[in-house]
Amino acid sequence: MGKFLSWMLPTGASTFVGDIDWIYYLILAVTGIAFVLVELALVVFLIRYRKRPGRKATYVHGSTRAEIVWTGVTAVVVVIIGLLSAPAWNKIKGREGVPPNAMPIGIEAKQFEWNVTYPGPDGKLGTADDFTIRGQLHVPVDRPTVAMLTSQDAIHSFFVPSFRIKQDAVPGMHIRVWFQPTKVGEYELGCAELCGLGHYRMRAVVTVHTQQDYDRWVASQAHSVAQR
Amino acid sequence: MAHAAAMHDDVMLPPSSRAAGAGVYNEKLGMWIFLGSEVMFFTALIGTYVILRFAHPDAWIGHPRQTPLNIPVTAVNTFLLICSSVTMVKAFAAAQDGLQQALRLWLLATAMIGATFVGVQVYEYTHLIEKGFVPSQGLFGSTFYTMTGFHGFHVTIGVICMTFVTIKAFLGKYSQTDHRGVEVIGLYWHFVDLVWIILFTIVYLI
Amino acid sequence: MATTATDTSAYTHDHGHAHVDDRPFIRKYIFSTDHKIIGIQFLIMSLTFLLLGGTLAMVMRWQLGFPGKPLPGGTLLPETYTNNGVVLPEFYNSAVTMHGTFMVFFAIMPLLVGVFGNYLIPLKIGAPDMAFPRINMASFWTAVPAGLLMLAGFFVEGGSAAAGWTSYAPLSARSDLTGVHLGQIFWCLSLIILGLSSIMGSFNYITTVINMRAPGMNWFRLPLSIWALFVTACLVLLAIPVLSGAAILLLFDQTIGTHFFDPQAGGQPLLWQHLFWFFGHPEVYILILPAMGMASDIIANGARKPIFGYTSMVLAIISIGFLGWGVWGHHMFQSGMNPTLGTTFMISTLLIAVPSAIKTFNWLGTIWQGNITFHVPMLHALAFVSMFVIGGLSGVFMAASPFDIYIHDTYFIVAHLHYVLFGGSLFAIFAAVTYWYPKMFGRMMNPFWGRVHFWLTLVFYNFTFFPMHQLGLHGHMRRIYDPTQYAFLREMQPVNQFISISAFCLFATQFLFAANFILSWFKGEKAPNNPWLDNGLEWTLPSPPPHGNFATVPTVYRGPYEYSSPHSDLDYIPQNVPTPGGAGAAHPQPAGD
Repeated sequence: MGKFLSWMLPTGASTFVGDIDWIYYLILAVTGIAFVLVELALVVFLIRYRKRPGRKATYVHGSTRAEIVWTGVTAVVVVIIGLLSAPAWNKIKGREGVPPNAMPIGIEAKQFEWNVTYPGPDGKLGTADDFTIRGQLHVPVDRPTVAMLTSQDAIHSFFVPSFRIKQDAVPGMHIRVWFQPTKVGEYELGCAELCGLGHYRMRAVVTVHTQQDYDRWVASQAHSVAQR
Repeated sequence: MAHAAAMHDDVMLPPSSRAAGAGVYNEKLGMWIFLGSEVMFFTALIGTYVILRFAHPDAWIGHPRQTPLNIPVTAVNTFLLICSSVTMVKAFAAAQDGLQQALRLWLLATAMIGATFVGVQVYEYTHLIEKGFVPSQGLFGSTFYTMTGFHGFHVTIGVICMTFVTIKAFLGKYSQTDHRGVEVIGLYWHFVDLVWIILFTIVYLI
Repeated sequence: MATTATDTSAYTHDHGHAHVDDRPFIRKYIFSTDHKIIGIQFLIMSLTFLLLGGTLAMVMRWQLGFPGKPLPGGTLLPETYTNNGVVLPEFYNSAVTMHGTFMVFFAIMPLLVGVFGNYLIPLKIGAPDMAFPRINMASFWTAVPAGLLMLAGFFVEGGSAAAGWTSYAPLSARSDLTGVHLGQIFWCLSLIILGLSSIMGSFNYITTVINMRAPGMNWFRLPLSIWALFVTACLVLLAIPVLSGAAILLLFDQTIGTHFFDPQAGGQPLLWQHLFWFFGHPEVYILILPAMGMASDIIANGARKPIFGYTSMVLAIISIGFLGWGVWGHHMFQSGMNPTLGTTFMISTLLIAVPSAIKTFNWLGTIWQGNITFHVPMLHALAFVSMFVIGGLSGVFMAASPFDIYIHDTYFIVAHLHYVLFGGSLFAIFAAVTYWYPKMFGRMMNPFWGRVHFWLTLVFYNFTFFPMHQLGLHGHMRRIYDPTQYAFLREMQPVNQFISISAFCLFATQFLFAANFILSWFKGEKAPNNPWLDNGLEWTLPSPPPHGNFATVPTVYRGPYEYSSPHSDLDYIPQNVPTPGGAGAAHPQPAGD
């Protein structure tokens, strides 16, 4: 039953939870109050002012003062929401928001899979020890990772709900998307832009390792690459 | 039967037995408003050209001067189209003055120059296609044919309507008190001319 | 040259245009130039597409609620659609696309603009017909082939368009990516043709409202339904050509090898999105403004009270019309568009909430201290307000661009759009159809079944769409054929099932409305001229009005919302009734406070 009614966000596992979730709860509170006030007023008015014998409606055309008040309050509230939200937007999507020490990876979306290119032990993309794996995103915990995202064919969308991150992958464009996981574990990546018949199964597994385990994993992958 | 005509004597005035409106008769107001939609249509096409060419210059493949476009011929064609707007103005003036013969001849001239413009454009197209400059030839091919093609389509519709109006003029259907059709086709014609001047500048010259 | 006569004494010699139409059946009912007949033609066409769009939704909901189970009746469908009755991904993507396409372009838009724009504008402004009756006829008969072409997509190889109603390139441009070739081409062609129909309608409506209002019907005595339809027509005039342009570019990429959206040749996929949404955002205001306008008329009538803040309501409609052009980028926050642009669109989007909020408060102000009659149209109009509030509030979440990162392309968006389009537009349409049915057909719809339909719809509608907020908050993506592919979504399947079952009940309930509509046409109680005791000019005429509408041109003395006025013993005063004790308009007293 809880899942039917709950307005809580599912547990997250990246720093963006701290940047985004509170904005949601703020808006939930504001719109929740507005919702209750408006719907309650509606119901109360419908009951109180229903037609009964001997009653007449009040012949009034409006109230300039009321208009000014409710217009002003609404405008102020929405502007405040905007001002409060802007920093998080710049941090997550802005070019300057990407932490300088973020580990670079490449993600290429195509019908219907995600291909992740890792920089290998030297930590640099575009060198000989890079390797590409399909359908698996491995990252270390508590460190930022920045992906250069692109697509081979249609527009796809890189979506990891637990990390609160989403970015369209556009053919012909290379778009930076970064995140910093906060919890070791396995998560899911899904495609969030209709991309054809296999859109529904364009899934990948995201594994967040401890730094140690991650280094070990990289070494073992590089070892297999070297052996080919 | 036109409802507007039944309501008052002078059909080239706004309907008199109505609340104050735009101050012009329905057909003229309607044409102006319709032209607003045409502005948006050409803005979408021309805007696409501008964005593809100037916002992504590194991605733009093919510069206008590297194409086989014949700028001198098109410049003459542009001049012709402008002349046709002049003949259109003369036609409308003749209608306002009740000069039937002048009206007929100026309308005929407008229609014929318009048809010539279309003819020259079609000739240009065949010439370009022969040289391998086709819609699938890079972004310039794509945008060039789309913009000039739809403009040409609009001129063609204009020529057809102009012919229709010219025939009506020869049949004596327009008078000093009712020449709405002449004014309305004139508005459309000037618009089509204006779009061409913009297109010619942006596509051929810049 | 003589100037336009403004002295009302000159009007008295003018006669109206009402007359018996004795033309043959085909000129009177098929190729009619009468705005009332054309409005009813659009009504029949749109309700048919509404039914079709709803049926496609049932296919989607079946697959989402019971993935992998054979669709009832599925074995009757061709094997390109179902496999042993189980919906195939091809059919699912096609259903998703065509549900949206039919509902937006062939149901809601023509219902609001084609039906009520046509039917109400000349009647409510006191005109004999539209400015250009033959162009009006052409507008309907252009919409019909557009609809048939869209339908034809289901019957060609590869099936219908399947790239979403938003048809993003390059997916929609490349048949190797969708598996659909002709269907996508038909989609573009159909919308180009429909665009011509809409543009014809729009300049007709605008010319008519500007130039053909009856004497005394000045701008600030127009009903809000007409204001809304007028501003909507302006939006249609200016936005639809942009869609036409975009569809032409896409069509050319699909057919003659152009490269507008092809990144390998320097084209820009995002260009499609900018063009589409530059049209698309004004489009959503096209889909809500007439609903707001008609709801205002009905609420004032039901409450027996003047509209609260008429001038603010007009200014809100106009400002929505203007501001709607500056927010399109909020559909593209996650598209790879420059993030700084994203911030500007966030601000403009948050601001556009203000005029809609003003309207909501004014509707509340209208029923406050009213004397409310709960006739069936009033029930639907009140539900419109209530449900639109939910849809509008949910929009705030996505306006805040950082949170949109999470909910973009999830069911939270689907919840929002259905709350405004169904909870908003469709309830207003039910209200309007029921309200103006007597004027259109001379008969009343059955009120008992009207109430049953209303309550069942309200309940099943909320059961269907409210839990979609929860699905979206959980991360459930849009347009996915099988959610159970994802572990994090499997636990939400009971919600999907609940939604699907509610949706089936909601769909079934609509047959009550359809039956009421059809049966009342033949057997409904005969309608008086003014069953709702409304002030509008159309209610001074017989039901249905004669061809040419008014026998004498009406003169208007006041606005349309003079209910419960001290100037009359009745609780309403039609706009064309002179005030006792003096000619000329009764100026309402300004509100105290």
